[in-house]
Amino acid sequence: MLERVAESAHAATIVLEVERWPGHLAGQHVDVRLTAQDGYQAQRSYSIATAPEDPRLALTVERIDDGEVSPYLVDEVRAGDSLELRGPIGGHFNWSAGDGGPLLLIGGGSGLVPLMAMLRHHAAAHSTAEVSLLVSARRWEDVLYRDELLALRRVGAVAAHCTLTRERPPGWDGFARRIDAQMLAEVAPSPAAAPRAFVCGPTPFVERAADLLVGLGHAPEAIRTERFGPTGT
Amino acid sequence: MTPISRGFRGRPRRDVDPARIPPGQYTVEDFPVLSAGPTPRTQLRDWSFTIDGAIEEPRSWSWEEFTALASETFTVDIHCVTKWSKLGTSWTGVSVDTLLAGARTDGAYASAWSDGGYTTNVPLADLTGGRAWVVHSFDGAPLEPEHGGPARLLVPHLYFWKSAKWVRGLRLTVEDEPGFWEEAGYHNRGDPWLEQRFWND
Repeated sequence: MLERVAESAHAATIVLEVERWPGHLAGQHVDVRLTAQDGYQAQRSYSIATAPEDPRLALTVERIDDGEVSPYLVDEVRAGDSLELRGPIGGHFNWSAGDGGPLLLIGGGSGLVPLMAMLRHHAAAHSTAEVSLLVSARRWEDVLYRDELLALRRVGAVAAHCTLTRERPPGWDGFARRIDAQMLAEVAPSPAAAPRAFVCGPTPFVERAADLLVGLGHAPEAIRTERFGPTGT
Repeated sequence: MTPISRGFRGRPRRDVDPARIPPGQYTVEDFPVLSAGPTPRTQLRDWSFTIDGAIEEPRSWSWEEFTALASETFTVDIHCVTKWSKLGTSWTGVSVDTLLAGARTDGAYASAWSDGGYTTNVPLADLTGGRAWVVHSFDGAPLEPEHGGPARLLVPHLYFWKSAKWVRGLRLTVEDEPGFWEEAGYHNRGDPWLEQRFWND
């Protein structure tokens, strides 16, 4: 464990140096296993935030309120600690520059993490694939990697859009509601462009986004989903 | 040697019999949804279930025919490869033994296939002898599309990715044919008690 960087009040990125890391694809995740003094173990999965080109491995973890592992990773773990990892895992929800585009990335909350790995890989690989990104969050302060996304948008690398569903900062000119068909129609390439869509976040968000994309005419086979967190059902 | 995570205490559940929880799993009260793509939404009038492939008498049922078959309501624990386990889940459906009744086959495997293109492979030995069902109800109510409705395969003694959502048929095969997740790095058989999660387990 090299360092921990706060991304928001609820999430942190932990940067790791991993012995004999075999490399990974953007979008994949790892299993982190913690072992207590008495031998009790808990394992959870976390998406890799770094591009395959990055020699370090970073995981961005969102603190779940009564979570067993995430509070430890977000608040407790510090430089010099060791973590047990397994991975990379995930043979479906991943993208390599060689796969081409256009790319449509839709992330809700911490669903942005694996999509950020894709964006970072897109940049590192000098991919010319068009990328559209839609991020949904409650407030601007909750948007992970805010500054990096603004920079990517400024240089025109990504058509980045954001919707804030609960509170907006003064002068906000982005979207201000839950995702809907109109928003996706504005943000997404047309179905005729056959974008590769990756949707990630809490289950209700992913269900909604995926259904809306299919409703707009995108082929179900072109939509890959990854769902996180408690469902509340 | 497994490193100790400095300062980690964990929160072992005291109210659950640990013998019911396979290695590496934790229990949940909700019912997580994980899928690779959008949820298929097949209308009942378009639904059928078919058993074909290496079988002398292929058979197929419409929704009316399927729901008229002898079914049972039962409670089992389910275990997802992503680590969550949900104990005491109640389902209603038709035993695969009933669906295979009288079948003559020289196949030892089945490939379950679903709306949306999902597939998974299961040895016939794991689908018979009262170990598998095609279920249409969860907790006394019709199975929701998010959870695999109108019907899903249920094979609770294996990791839950083998319990194919939106199942439409079983194709019996002589050779084992790895399905969707099996080709994407997951284990071919997926026994949670042996922690067979990934291909190299």
